[in-house]
Amino acid sequence: MLDILMIEDEPNIAEAVRFILTREGWQVGLHSDGLGGIEAIRGTKPRLVILDVMLPHRSGTEILAELRGDHDPGLAATPVLMLTARGQASLHLPQADAVLAKPFANDDLRAMVRRMLN
Amino acid sequence: MPFEALVAGCLAYVALMFGVAFAADRAAARGRVRWLDHPAVYTLSLSVYCSAWTFYGAVGYASRSGLEFATIYLGPTIVFTGAWWGLRRLVRVARMHHVTSIADLISARFGKSNRLAAFVTLIAVIAATPYVALQLQSVSLSFDVFATDSLTDIPMAGGGGTALWVAGGLALFTILFGTRNLAADERHHGVVTAIALEAIVKLMAFLALGVFVVWGLADGPADMLARIAERAGDPGWILKPDRWTALLFVSGAAIVALPRMFQVLVVEAADEDRLSTAGWAFPAYLFAMSLFVLPIAVMGQELLPVDANPDLYVLTLPAQSGQNWLAFLVFLGGFSAATSMVVVCTIALATMISNHWLMPLWLMLRRKPQGDDPEDLRGFVLNARRLAILAVMAVGWLYYQATGGTTALAAMGLVAFTGMAQVLPAMIGGLLWRGANRRGAFGGVGLGFALWLATIFLPSVGIGSPLPVPPGVDPLAFAIFLSLTVNTLAFIGLSIFGMPDPVERLQGLSFVSAVDPVRHSRVARGSDQVEPLLVMARRVWGAEDALRFFQSEAAFQGKSGYLPDLTPRFLTRLERRLAGSIGAATAHAMIDSVAGGSELTVSDLMQVATEAQRAKEETQRLENATTELARTARQLQEANDKLTALSVQKDAFLGQISHELRTPMTSVRAFSEILRTPDLSDADRDRFAKIIYDEAGRLTRLLDDLLDLSVLESGQAQLSITPANLHDLIERALSAASATRPERVFRVEREPLAEYVGIITDADRLLQVLINVITNARKYCDAEPPILSIRVRRTLRGGAQIDIIDNGSGIETARQSLIFEKFARLNDPARAGGAGLGLAICKEIMANLGGEITYLPGQGGAAFRILLPRRPPVPVNAGLRRA
Repeated sequence: MLDILMIEDEPNIAEAVRFILTREGWQVGLHSDGLGGIEAIRGTKPRLVILDVMLPHRSGTEILAELRGDHDPGLAATPVLMLTARGQASLHLPQADAVLAKPFANDDLRAMVRRMLN
Repeated sequence: MPFEALVAGCLAYVALMFGVAFAADRAAARGRVRWLDHPAVYTLSLSVYCSAWTFYGAVGYASRSGLEFATIYLGPTIVFTGAWWGLRRLVRVARMHHVTSIADLISARFGKSNRLAAFVTLIAVIAATPYVALQLQSVSLSFDVFATDSLTDIPMAGGGGTALWVAGGLALFTILFGTRNLAADERHHGVVTAIALEAIVKLMAFLALGVFVVWGLADGPADMLARIAERAGDPGWILKPDRWTALLFVSGAAIVALPRMFQVLVVEAADEDRLSTAGWAFPAYLFAMSLFVLPIAVMGQELLPVDANPDLYVLTLPAQSGQNWLAFLVFLGGFSAATSMVVVCTIALATMISNHWLMPLWLMLRRKPQGDDPEDLRGFVLNARRLAILAVMAVGWLYYQATGGTTALAAMGLVAFTGMAQVLPAMIGGLLWRGANRRGAFGGVGLGFALWLATIFLPSVGIGSPLPVPPGVDPLAFAIFLSLTVNTLAFIGLSIFGMPDPVERLQGLSFVSAVDPVRHSRVARGSDQVEPLLVMARRVWGAEDALRFFQSEAAFQGKSGYLPDLTPRFLTRLERRLAGSIGAATAHAMIDSVAGGSELTVSDLMQVATEAQRAKEETQRLENATTELARTARQLQEANDKLTALSVQKDAFLGQISHELRTPMTSVRAFSEILRTPDLSDADRDRFAKIIYDEAGRLTRLLDDLLDLSVLESGQAQLSITPANLHDLIERALSAASATRPERVFRVEREPLAEYVGIITDADRLLQVLINVITNARKYCDAEPPILSIRVRRTLRGGAQIDIIDNGSGIETARQSLIFEKFARLNDPARAGGAGLGLAICKEIMANLGGEITYLPGQGGAAFRILLPRRPPVPVNAGLRRA
C-alpha cells in the first residue's frame, strides 16, 4: 500500500519531492495530470495525498472537493497536503489539512508530512 | 477583294477585339471603371439586340414583306420609351437581389425555387441554340459571298469549316473574358466594352452602305422615295394588323426576356441610372439601324438578279458595284453582329446552366458535412461555366451542321423571341403583383412553353404541322396569341387559387415594393456559427474576397476582426452577394445548410412584414441615426466585454507571474538543498545539478520575456532597420522552430517564388515573430499528418502579408480574441515550457514594426496573418528625444 500519492504536473518538482520523501522511508506514488487524479486516489487509497493547486485540465481544488464528497467515508477523510505557487494569498484552503507554499524548505516538507502521517 | 485579304482583315479585327476586352478587364481590375461604366458604353452594349439576323435579315425581310421588318425595331422602342419606369424598376430590383440571369430572377421571386430556374433555363437553351446556329450560318454565308464570284450560286451551307473556326474562336473569347473570375457581381467589363465597340462598327457599316445606296446608286432621297413608292403595291407589302400586333408584342418582350438582352440590360448594369441615357439613346440607335433598310431592299431588288438571296443584299450590293472596301466594312458589321450576339448569349446561357443545372446537381451528389470541406467551389463553378460555354457553342454548331442549307434557320430569330416571351407573364406578374406564386409561374410558363413547342418551335424545324387556322388569320400571330393567353390565364388562375409559401411571400414583398429583402432568422446570436459561413463563402469567392467581405460587415457593425454578428441584415447581405455568384436558389440552400435553416412560421412572417412596413415608412435620417446608434452600442458592448475580460486577466496576471516565477524556484531550492546531503551518488548529483541549471535558465527566459514585453509596450524598443528578404527569414524561422517537438514531421507547403519579397524592417524582430508562430503550430497542431502552409502576398501599398496556417483543430472562436493577451495560455498539457507570453510579444513587435498580427478564422486550422508595411513608421518621439 502507498503511503503518499502526489499529484503534480511539474516533473522536476515531483522528482524533488519524491526524492526527499523516499529517503525518509515512505512509499511515494505519482500522478501528473488533473485528469484522472481522483481515480488515482481511489485506486491506490494512500495514507496521504500531496496535491498541486494548478494542474492541467482539472485544478487541485476541484479534485479536493470531489475527494471530500466521496461516498466512502474513509477515503473522503484522507489527509491532503496542498502545494501552491500562488503565494500567501491562496494559502486559505479550508478543505485541505495543510497547505505548503512553493518554494518550500525541504525540512518543512518532511516535518509536515511526518506530522500528517502520524 | 481577295479571299485571303478578307481573312487577314478579319483576323486583325478579331485581334483588336481581344485587345480591347483585355485592356478593359485590366482597367476594371485596377479599379478604373469610370469610363467603363459610362452610360454610352451601356447603351451601345444593348445593341447586341441587333444580331446578324437583324443586320442581314432585316433587308431580306423588307424585300419580302415591306415595312413589317420595322416591328422588330418598334417593339423595343415602345418598351424603352413607354415602359421606361418599368425597366428602371426591373433593373433596380434585380440589382438589389444580385440576380445573375432571367432564370435566376424568376426563381428568386418565386421563393428561390431552383426547379423553376432549371425549367426557365431549359426554355432558354432550347430557344437560343438554333439562334446561335443562325449566327454561325450568317458568318459562314458572308464568307462564301467573298469566296465565290457568282451571285446566285452561293451554297447555303458553305462547309462546316468556317463555322467551326468561328465557333472555336468565339468559345475561346467567351471563356477568356466571360469566366475570368467569379465576382460577387456578375459583370464582365471586357466583354461589354468589346461589344460596345462592335456596336459602333455595326452602325457605321450599315449607315455607310445606306448613304452609298441612296446617294450613289439612286439619285438622292427624292428618287429613293419614288422607287419605294413603286414597290409599295407588292402583295407581300400589305399591312396585316394581327401580325403587326403580335410581332410588336413579341419583340418588345424579347428586349427584356432574351437571355442575352437580360444579361446586358440588367446583369451588366451598374445601377438603374444608366437607363436615363439608354432610354432615348437606344431607340435612336435602333432608328439609325432601320433608316436605310427599305432603300437597300428596293435597290437590291432592282439591281440584282431575281434569284439572288435577299438576306445577302447588304453584302452583294456593294460587292456588285465594285465597292470592295464598303463590302468589307459591311462584312465586318455583320461579323460584329453575329459574334457579339453569340458571346453574350453564351455567357448568359452558361451562367444559367452552371447555376441552375450543374451546381444543384453537384451539391446534391456530394452531401458531405460542410464544415471542414476544403474543396474549392469556385473552381468548380468556373469550370462548369467553361464547360457550359463549350457545350452551347458545340450544340449550336452541330445544329447548324444538321440543319444548315435549309431555310429553317432564317425563321429561328422569331422562334427564339416567342419562346422567351413565355417567361414574360411570370416576370411582369412577379414584379407587380404580390399574389403571384410559384404554382402560377410553373403552370403559366409550363403551358405556354408546351404550346410554343407544339405550334411554333417544332413546325419551324419541320416536325409536325402548323396550327390549322381559319383563313385570313396569320398562323404565327395566332400561335403567339394562343400560347401567351393560355400562359397568362394559367398564371393568374393558379396564383389566385394557391397560397405562396413564407419565403415566397418575403421575396414577393421585396420585389413588388422594391425594398430591401429581409431574411428572418432564428439562428442563435453570437459569433459561434459565423465561422462555418466564412468557410463556405471562402469556398465560393476565395479566401481574400471572403475575408474582406466579412471584415467590412464586422466593421459596419462596429466590431473589429473578421467575424460579424449573425444579424438578419448580415445574413441577407451575405446571401445576396453569394446569389450574385451562384444564383439565388443555391445561395439560399447553402446558407440554410450551414447556418441551420430556420423554419418560417406564419407569425414570424407577420413580424417580418410589419418590420418591413415600418422600415419603409421610416425616414432615411432616422434610419441612419438608428444604424449609428446600434453601431455605437455594439462598439461599447465590445469595449465593455474586452474590459471585463481584461480585468479578470489583470487579476490573474500577478498570480500568474508569481506562479511562473515560483515554479522553477521550487525545483532550484529543493535540489540545491538536496545537493548538500553528503551520501549522494555522482550520477544523482549530476542530474540534480542539471535540473537546477535548466530551471535557472527557464527563470531567466521568463524575466527576459517580461522585460522585452514591457520595453515593447512602452514604445522604447530599439529597432535595427535593414532591408530583408522574406524567403530567407522564413527559411531561418522554419529551421529554428524545427527544434520544437522534432519527432513531429511537418509537411510544409510554401510558394518559394512569391516569398521573394524585399522589405525594410527589423529582421531579427520579425524573425522572432515568425519563429514564435511556427513553433506554436508545431506545438499545438494535432492533425495527422500535420501540414503547415505559408503564403506570402504583396499588399497594395508595397508591404507584405504572410499567412501561416496549419491543419489542426485551430482555436475556438471564443478564445480567438484573447490569445494575444499576456498569459492567455490555453489550458493544454503541451504548453509546458512556455509562459504564455509569446503571442503577446509578437503582437507588440508587430505594432512596433508598424504592422499587425491577427488570427484568421475559418481557414480549417490555426491561422495567423502577419501584415507588414513597406517600411516601419518613424517613431513619434524619436525627433523629440533628439531635440
